[in-house]
Amino acid sequence: MLAQFLQFLFSGVTVGATYALAALGFTLIYNASNVINFAQGEFIMLGGMLAVYFTQAGLPLPVALLLAILIPAIVGIIVEKLAIEPVKGAETVTLIIITIGASLVIRGLIQVWLGKNTFSLPAFSGDEPIQILGATLLPQSLWVLGVTAIVVVALWYFFNRTLQGKAMLATSFNRVAAELVGINTSWVLFMSFAMSAALGALGGILVTPITLTSYDVGIMLGLKGFVAAVVGGLGNGLGAVLGGLLVGILEAMGAGYISSSYKDAIPFVLILLILFFMPRGLFGGKSTDRV
Amino acid sequence: MKKNAYIGLYIVMAILVVLPFVVPNAFYLDLVIRMAINAVIVLGLNLLIGFAGQISLGHAGFLGIGAYASAVLPTHFGWHPVLAMLAGAVVTGLLAGLVARPIFKLKGHYLAMATLGLGIILNIALRNEAQWTGGPDGMPVPTMGLFGFELTSDKQWYWVVALLLSVSVWASLNLIDSPFGRALRALHGSEVASQVVGVDVVRYKVAIFVMSAVFASFMGSVTAHYVGFVTPNLADFFHSIELVTMVVIGGMASVYGSLVGAVLLTALPQALATFEGWETVAFGSILMLCMIFMPKGLVPTLAAKFGKGD
Repeated sequence: MLAQFLQFLFSGVTVGATYALAALGFTLIYNASNVINFAQGEFIMLGGMLAVYFTQAGLPLPVALLLAILIPAIVGIIVEKLAIEPVKGAETVTLIIITIGASLVIRGLIQVWLGKNTFSLPAFSGDEPIQILGATLLPQSLWVLGVTAIVVVALWYFFNRTLQGKAMLATSFNRVAAELVGINTSWVLFMSFAMSAALGALGGILVTPITLTSYDVGIMLGLKGFVAAVVGGLGNGLGAVLGGLLVGILEAMGAGYISSSYKDAIPFVLILLILFFMPRGLFGGKSTDRV
Repeated sequence: MKKNAYIGLYIVMAILVVLPFVVPNAFYLDLVIRMAINAVIVLGLNLLIGFAGQISLGHAGFLGIGAYASAVLPTHFGWHPVLAMLAGAVVTGLLAGLVARPIFKLKGHYLAMATLGLGIILNIALRNEAQWTGGPDGMPVPTMGLFGFELTSDKQWYWVVALLLSVSVWASLNLIDSPFGRALRALHGSEVASQVVGVDVVRYKVAIFVMSAVFASFMGSVTAHYVGFVTPNLADFFHSIELVTMVVIGGMASVYGSLVGAVLLTALPQALATFEGWETVAFGSILMLCMIFMPKGLVPTLAAKFGKGD
């Protein structure tokens, strides 16, 4: 009983960490621009696929991983510069369509370049499972959780202790006021795309040894990351992380105890229930809108 | 209503009357029918997106309910196709209303999230409940018929669909200029201002959402009977995106924009089929370029350029 529960918990937390990183990406861009970036999932896919490509090309693992984070970050910047910045102030639907267009282009290019096969990445430190109370934990899961934890702490430090981070935070509260005190809000938008692409890619790389990857994994991962961001109260960083973990755990529990064929539906059932009964998200604060 | 508001409608009807005599072969007739079906769905969706300012990312799910009602109820339960179609529309209406009421009390992108979730859940259910729906492979749909008359040939379908489209355009034009339409446009402009002048914002938004969902369900049934086969792809996320894209590319809040968007995006995959493997890249690039250079959509942008209102 306990062993089974722990097993589901471990796999849920591991996948949840990836959702958390994706949700943080959604949150960063949403805060900087009110855009919901539907290309977020493609950055997760890019990270995993590029890591596979570079390691198979013979590059040492650290170099391959670094490139697999840097390149998606650059792609994120290109998307922002070419597609988002020129239409600043357009209707939300227009911006959503642009990010969907970007996601199709990225997915399509990878499909043409690397094909439709499913790829795997060797685990960073072996496949010898760790036994805990009858459940097994893969060393790679520890990598996923450890790196996610470090990223969350680093982001916390960045947003609360550095000038750049505070500038980004200020922009998310009130763009006009931020501009008035001299914050370069275009730079903030630029940074948020680079950072959220890098976060997504990192999540994609970390989880690939466990879940495998292919050109089309970004759609579901991205949508679930979006669910996680809304569960946490859209725009709330800590909420995004907790939301990601919660979505991952519930998905794993649901797949284990209820029905594995409805696994992918669970996050969406969760989000509908939350929207009905706790519309600000689980961790979103109360807010009043000014007219 | 402006005096020349119907001119566009007459042009559309004239084109619809002439078209079947000029399309070169059955392939193009089929394409035209699918364009017209999409146009009706997009007209309904545009009322929601363009006039009420709300996004639905799960409209294909409603399409799916209608399509599968028309497939499952007659096949497994022996229902008359017309009854099945109505049942699909009623279920869709109830579901849409049930979901929309709590959501519309919120501001922002939550309808997008809720409809997206609903669409994905429906799609997963259609794929998994194979004993009813045939699973991922889909299932055949019985022929549509009424009073001993059966709709079978593409020519017959063409006239049915052309009639549906003309009526939808006429109804949309009238709706927009009705008090209901004015209330919708007001709440798109400013919810608070429209509340102040006595518009029940939540009720209007729910009404328009339910209406566009029922439109989609109804046309889902039509698609199912026309094609004679349904698969879960009809109800998937990508199809929802395609429908929203038709609205946005054609032009939000533009009746004729809806038609243009539906025609272009139904034809696009055919045109891109020659790109072998690059279709997704081409489709994505076209979406982005259209939105970057014409964020208001084709018809409103061109109309503004030539100095005429839509």
